[in-house]
Amino acid sequence: MSVSTPTDIAEVKERNRALIQEVLSVYPEKTAKRRAKHLNVHEEGKSDCGVKSNIKSIPGVMTIRGCAYAGSKGVVWGPIKDMIHISHGPVGCGQYSWAARRNYYIGTTGIDTFVTMQFTSDFQEKDIVFGGDKKLAKLIDEIQELFPLNKGISVQSECPIGLIGDDIEAVSKAKSKEYGGKTIVPVRCEGFRGVSQSLGHHIANDAIRDWVFDKNEGKELAFEPSPYDVAIIGDYNIGGDAWSSRILLEEMGLRVIAQWSGDGTIAELEATPKAKLNVLHCYRSMNYISRHMEEKYGVPWVEYNFFGPSKIEESLRKIASYFDEKIQAGAEAVIAKYKALTDAVIAKYKPRLEGKKVMLYVGGLRPRHVIGAYEDLGMEVVGTGYEFGHNDDYQRTAQHYVKDGTLIYDDVTGYEFEKFVEKVQPDLVGSGIKEKYVFQKMGVPFRQMHSWDYSGPYHGYDGFAIFARDMDMAINSPVWKFTPTPWKQEGEFLAIAAE
Amino acid sequence: MPQDVEKVKDHFELFRGEEYTTMLANKREQFENTHPAAEIERVTQWAKTEEYKDLNFKREALTINPAKACQPLGAVFVAVGFEGTIPFVHGSQGCVAYYRSHFSRHFKEPTSCVSSSMTEDAAVFGGLNNMIDGLANTYSMYKPKMIAVSTTCMAEVIGDDLNAFIKTAKEKGSVPEEFDVPFAHTPAFVGSHITGYDNAMKGVLEHFWDGKAKTVDKLVRVPNGKINFLGGFDGYTVGNTREVKRIFDLMKVEYTILGDNSDVWDTPTDGEFRMYDGGTTLEDAANAVHAKATISMQEYCTEKTLPFIAAHGQETVAFNHPIGIEATDKFVMEVARLAGVTIPDALAKERGRLVDAIADSNAHIHGKKFAIYGDPDLCYGLAQFVMELGGEPVVVLSTNGGKAWEKKMQALFDSSPFGVGCKAYPGKDLWHMRSLLFTEKPDFLIGNTYGKFLERDTGVPLIRIGFPIFDRHHKHRYPLWGYQGALNTLVTILDRIFEHMDATTNVASKTDYSYDIIR
Repeated sequence: MSVSTPTDIAEVKERNRALIQEVLSVYPEKTAKRRAKHLNVHEEGKSDCGVKSNIKSIPGVMTIRGCAYAGSKGVVWGPIKDMIHISHGPVGCGQYSWAARRNYYIGTTGIDTFVTMQFTSDFQEKDIVFGGDKKLAKLIDEIQELFPLNKGISVQSECPIGLIGDDIEAVSKAKSKEYGGKTIVPVRCEGFRGVSQSLGHHIANDAIRDWVFDKNEGKELAFEPSPYDVAIIGDYNIGGDAWSSRILLEEMGLRVIAQWSGDGTIAELEATPKAKLNVLHCYRSMNYISRHMEEKYGVPWVEYNFFGPSKIEESLRKIASYFDEKIQAGAEAVIAKYKALTDAVIAKYKPRLEGKKVMLYVGGLRPRHVIGAYEDLGMEVVGTGYEFGHNDDYQRTAQHYVKDGTLIYDDVTGYEFEKFVEKVQPDLVGSGIKEKYVFQKMGVPFRQMHSWDYSGPYHGYDGFAIFARDMDMAINSPVWKFTPTPWKQEGEFLAIAAE
Repeated sequence: MPQDVEKVKDHFELFRGEEYTTMLANKREQFENTHPAAEIERVTQWAKTEEYKDLNFKREALTINPAKACQPLGAVFVAVGFEGTIPFVHGSQGCVAYYRSHFSRHFKEPTSCVSSSMTEDAAVFGGLNNMIDGLANTYSMYKPKMIAVSTTCMAEVIGDDLNAFIKTAKEKGSVPEEFDVPFAHTPAFVGSHITGYDNAMKGVLEHFWDGKAKTVDKLVRVPNGKINFLGGFDGYTVGNTREVKRIFDLMKVEYTILGDNSDVWDTPTDGEFRMYDGGTTLEDAANAVHAKATISMQEYCTEKTLPFIAAHGQETVAFNHPIGIEATDKFVMEVARLAGVTIPDALAKERGRLVDAIADSNAHIHGKKFAIYGDPDLCYGLAQFVMELGGEPVVVLSTNGGKAWEKKMQALFDSSPFGVGCKAYPGKDLWHMRSLLFTEKPDFLIGNTYGKFLERDTGVPLIRIGFPIFDRHHKHRYPLWGYQGALNTLVTILDRIFEHMDATTNVASKTDYSYDIIR
């Protein structure tokens, strides 16, 4: 494969533009026209990345996206640990998403917590024909009997529910009444709604507003409020991310009254409107409820980024700016406390990673949020894109994160991603399980950036050390030098071997 | 500060440090509004009782931790087993993301599959345009030799007609008229992934044998001496298919593997990504109509496919995921009979080595009680082998097993003194199994990765055999079939038994008199 390694930015841009034209040439004309709007080379100074987003995926192209159910059950609701989340419909959706997202939590599973379990109504043909409302009602009774310590139930709709006209709201209301006002939340997150996971997040956020907040108005807090109460919003505690974030907030003097939704409980959700500030990590999946709490309860919210020391430092100061001098001093103390650790991490790993190029393709906040962590290690992100981002994500990306000439790909197809990586030849690709083995076969080091490749946490200072270690072990593994078959190499290899 | 740059602590150790345990205890105490510890303990103990089991078995509407997936997964499994074939699932796109992830987590391999990405408008107007555009895009981008279409429940609920849609798409020029687009309706609310395997396999054969949806003449069978082989939905397809091919080659049998995904799910890392690799050629799939006979390794995966093949004049034979001496004997002898070949001494020697290994080791298994769960055929094969080893199955559970399977299992238990008292549980899930493990108290559990939750809760050691296996690597590369496969299965069972022995005898000066160096 002949690959040019462009050195100046003009060459990079030119190569990337040519690359986009090259991948578009494979499509039928109509498709090429549609896909062209999702691919771009970033121009410095522009307010967004110059791509269209949050638009329907094109049939047959191998989109990497998921569905609204995945956004609601898999992301927002699933981690709430003391509730039972019913995958309502056929067996598959719940099965494939069962315990797959590594939302860590503490509790006795099956007794007072239920995250890594798969509850389903396992629809059969008769449920499709006659409707599933009676089954749902009965199923809720069975949950109450077998899992008496559950603190609430959510009904996560799969595709058929909305198509056959079931009234899950009526069932939920009736059952809630029967069980003394128990929280039972119907969620209309059928997989065909919207264009990706994203609408599922929104629907799930709205369900919290309508079926948790509204129901609890006027209810007393179980604890004394303090002036330093904050809630962590949009951290799913993958590999313990929310914990390695919480510890920093507490160390600077804040009190974390709720985690949304990793290791979270219904009591924490209910208490959140009483927070003094909502700190929002995954803007994409939980900006809706943050805005709602601001409008209705007057709780301000602030976005933060806990990947890598530069962004952590910036974020701690930004969060502290909402509070008094005590907290601001606390933030400085936290930054100082961890300085030795981050210096040591950078001293150890930067020499091994400096100058390495990374291509990302992830969801939520990560296509931009992790860029700073790579840069702290001397690495460069040369391509990035969102599975289900909106224009406000691309604005944030353009204004705060990516460099001039970065290749941008929205809702990338399997074909495009493969070609981009083949030509750009990054030292590392960060994406998901479906992509992992494609690139490893090509001899390109890879880390899963949804599940942290079963490692983590990556958030916070403790997480940064793990992040650095993992990127190093991916890129500098001895295995990659063995991918070419030695006797199949042309002159170059033999010449080296002969030296 | 718990983190240490010299020995970076990740989630395994980090959160066990005092800073984190204190922080999380405070979170629990102040904000979680949790139940009192005594109440949690009371319910934990209650959930182990006969009373709880009775309540649990009274469930009619709720399914908890089922050991089955949905039909389209099986259809994707079939499609990737044909040369240059891409599975195309008509319906919502999230489903395809799930199938691809599920297979990749098991095989640690890429799984290529496309969706017609139907959304709300398609729910109202039908998915015809999605089919037309989708086939055209897939054909242009991924240059397949065949596109195998199946459906998600969304397309099934709104009643999309694949035959008509594909025909229209061809008329609109999405793919050439003569391009092969077999299809199968695979509603997720009927059966399970094994039903999907059956429907999709039948769909492919029907396409090639019965006139490609009325576009060409039906094939006229001209019998030859070949044997067709159907593996069924099998997590060990990579190792098993290769082992079966080796056995057939040893026996000098002429054969066609229908749906051979042993290469596409085991491609090399050599700098090139192979979207397609190996697989049954389309020519072989068509010519398979002329075979003398078809063997299915999994009866319940081929309930429609085998009668379809039989109706074309072939003899058909079904096994139940044969594992062990007797089951492999039967398999090998049937193959010899059907193909008219003699069994080579090499296989007799392999058999003797397996018997030798079992004779060496069976004392560690004899009399041990086993609970087994999985797909219906796998359950049968495993239960038969366990009894052959002198083990006693006490609970055999299959979420996607039915009444016929239950009867068949009972006949198997009745055939051996080691099966006395064993019961088959069709249609039950792993929450039922949890109750059974508490009340029936088997020594070991055999099942897939999800069994680790049962191991944690009940203390019954898990022997990982099944699908999916997410948390151990490369097991799918080792066959369970053939004498060699039975040997692998024996070693898998033995290893866990020995590990358990060591783990329960290793307390110095208390139990370590039994911590033997020779076992």
